[in-house]
Amino acid sequence: MFRTCDITGLKVDLRAERLIQLNAVMAVVSLLVGVIAALLLVLTRWQVVHLLPVEWYYRILTLHGLNALIFWIIFFEVAGLYFGSTVVLNSRMSSPKFGWLAFILMVLGFLLVNYTILTGSADVLMTSYAPLQASPIYYLGIILFAVGALIGVFLFFANLLIARKERTYGDSLPLFTFGLVAAAIIATLTLATGAIIYIPTLLWSLGIIKSIDAGVYKLVWWGLGHSSQQINVTAMIAVWYLGAFLTVGGASINEKVSRFAFVFYVIGINVASAHHLLVDPGPSPAWKVFNTSYIMYIAVLASMIHAFAVPSAVESAQRRRGFTKGLFDWLKNAPWGNPAFSAVFLSIIIFGFIGGVTGVVNGMEQTNIIVHNTLSIPGHFKGTVVGGTTLAFMGATYYLIPLIFRKKIAFFGLAKAQPWVFGLGIAVLAVSMYILGAFGVPRRHYDITFSGGPFTYTFNPAVDFFWVLFAIGGITAVIGALMWILIVVFSVFLGQPVRGPQDMQLQIASPPPPAKEHHGFEAPGTLTLTLLFMGVFLVFLLLNWGWLAAMWEVK
Amino acid sequence: MALLPPEEGWYYKRVAKDEKMWIALALVVCLILFFWMIVWHIYGRQNPSFTTYRTTPQEFNALANAFINKYRTGEMNGIPVVEPPPNSDVFLVAKMWRWEPVLVLKKGQEYRFHISSLDLLHGFSLQPVNMNFMVYPGYDYVLTFKPTSTGEFAIICNEFCGIGHHTMIGKIIVKE
Ligand SMILES: [Cu+2]
Repeated sequence: MFRTCDITGLKVDLRAERLIQLNAVMAVVSLLVGVIAALLLVLTRWQVVHLLPVEWYYRILTLHGLNALIFWIIFFEVAGLYFGSTVVLNSRMSSPKFGWLAFILMVLGFLLVNYTILTGSADVLMTSYAPLQASPIYYLGIILFAVGALIGVFLFFANLLIARKERTYGDSLPLFTFGLVAAAIIATLTLATGAIIYIPTLLWSLGIIKSIDAGVYKLVWWGLGHSSQQINVTAMIAVWYLGAFLTVGGASINEKVSRFAFVFYVIGINVASAHHLLVDPGPSPAWKVFNTSYIMYIAVLASMIHAFAVPSAVESAQRRRGFTKGLFDWLKNAPWGNPAFSAVFLSIIIFGFIGGVTGVVNGMEQTNIIVHNTLSIPGHFKGTVVGGTTLAFMGATYYLIPLIFRKKIAFFGLAKAQPWVFGLGIAVLAVSMYILGAFGVPRRHYDITFSGGPFTYTFNPAVDFFWVLFAIGGITAVIGALMWILIVVFSVFLGQPVRGPQDMQLQIASPPPPAKEHHGFEAPGTLTLTLLFMGVFLVFLLLNWGWLAAMWEVK
Repeated sequence: MALLPPEEGWYYKRVAKDEKMWIALALVVCLILFFWMIVWHIYGRQNPSFTTYRTTPQEFNALANAFINKYRTGEMNGIPVVEPPPNSDVFLVAKMWRWEPVLVLKKGQEYRFHISSLDLLHGFSLQPVNMNFMVYPGYDYVLTFKPTSTGEFAIICNEFCGIGHHTMIGKIIVKE
């Protein structure tokens, strides 16, 4: 039931490999649906084209959200969990049967949800805020998917126990798997919250429960909604460390620090969902401040620690290879031709400078007044979950394809360009959406000329420019995503087989030579970059607070 | 090493000087941000309200109608125009797909807004000042506004509330 990988020397459980492949394929299918929807949405919101009719706009928006944000990422994460708990640990799959059950439930959920959306019986957007109601089949689909995913997470824990008992690895888990453990703990809490909110909602849509309180629904829903994004962040960071290791042989300059940062995520991150309720009736300021800042900043701090730890791992390895001139010689001589490396590095930059900076403003009690439900919000999560997580996952597949699917990467030249096209497109899209939101442009809105309304309103004419950027960024990102899908599908189904190490197009870096004795900084280049980041962050915060102070007074 | 168990003695390895500096700086910034929000409650003039009453669509609609009838001065595109006195309670109704009434306010005066929905969730988005709040059915959200600029302002709904969501736009007029 095992094969030994002739490239990495790792033992691969064939039953786990099959499940990894299937989940990965479903992830790509979900992403394809999400990307086609994205293109239609860009061409609709850009008022010059305004492609879709009104009911189809909301339908496709619902379709996009669920496929691009939920299905793609969770299928991929389940594949990642199986990979991290079997292949990485040289161990076996605890129960392939339950792995199949999980997969079937998830596919069933995927089908039911997409079916109800496309037939028009679930125009409720991703959040499906009660008392907005969808067909019961829709809620059932979500529940089946969540239960399937939850089984996958439990299998991950079971695999870990087996590996521990059979002593297939050393004393401590590898950092990548450790990061996945953090993600899996968050996932367990998240999916449980999902069940808590969707089960009564299902009963309500069936008429068994009379009513659902809008406030309670929204509070509990975000225990699922935002925390599920924290699974993504955690999994993404695990992939960052993996990428640094595979591409340049980089290891954390201090693993203890990296591991503590993962622990901080587990402690801090679920409560931070409270920032979706900052301008809602109900919660008190004390509740808002405690949950969003005191707790959230444990997670923010953790992100900042990783933001140093990953680039410094790369820097340290590169310096040991002799790239020691000046501050950035190590970066200039990084393997930019390796798409996994460029994907991880762009992911770090986009996640930090766009997603992270805007996320803190969105998550502060008062500045949230400026951004809530404007286009800034999806602009923010284009920076985190698309430019960050999705791009990092794309980078990881460039190793997954030869190592797990045993296929060469098709169109390798295209693959080198793909992270750049996708990353730049998303960066432009995210920034233009954030700025449009700052001008007050709402999210989830069909027609910002308000045609048919009793009054009219014209946004600041500057928005026209940012709508053009929005369209350029959006279309570029769609092209980048389609390039990736083309490469993946072609490689997996029609590609040339990998027969051994000579067929590897990507390097698996050997560990760098040991460090020489030196005084001073371990990673001065990284420190410079992170200080630059801090400067941008503080300027952005000051601008937002200054702007808030100029508004009408409200209390 | 992300794919291998950590080296012997990893737990006791000293944290590098630059990493320590960065973590300390990040921690200080996080603490400042936390206290800043509390400080803004004391010295700042823009804070989301925490006064909320439970209500029902019927009850809120009745209160709002009484308010509209009391201070009504006219009509604009089929929506009543209301001019409440400063420091009074103002009722704003959100429903698919309109805001009622149109409000005429005075600059520099305070108004206690009661905002609620008769059906789904809506979003109160005041433009071009760009202040955004959530509107719930069953909850009477009390926001005390003090307009600091004059002119015509739009209230856009920015939470999806069905097919006519994009037509849901209201108006506030602020006079000197
Ligand atoms: Cu509305």
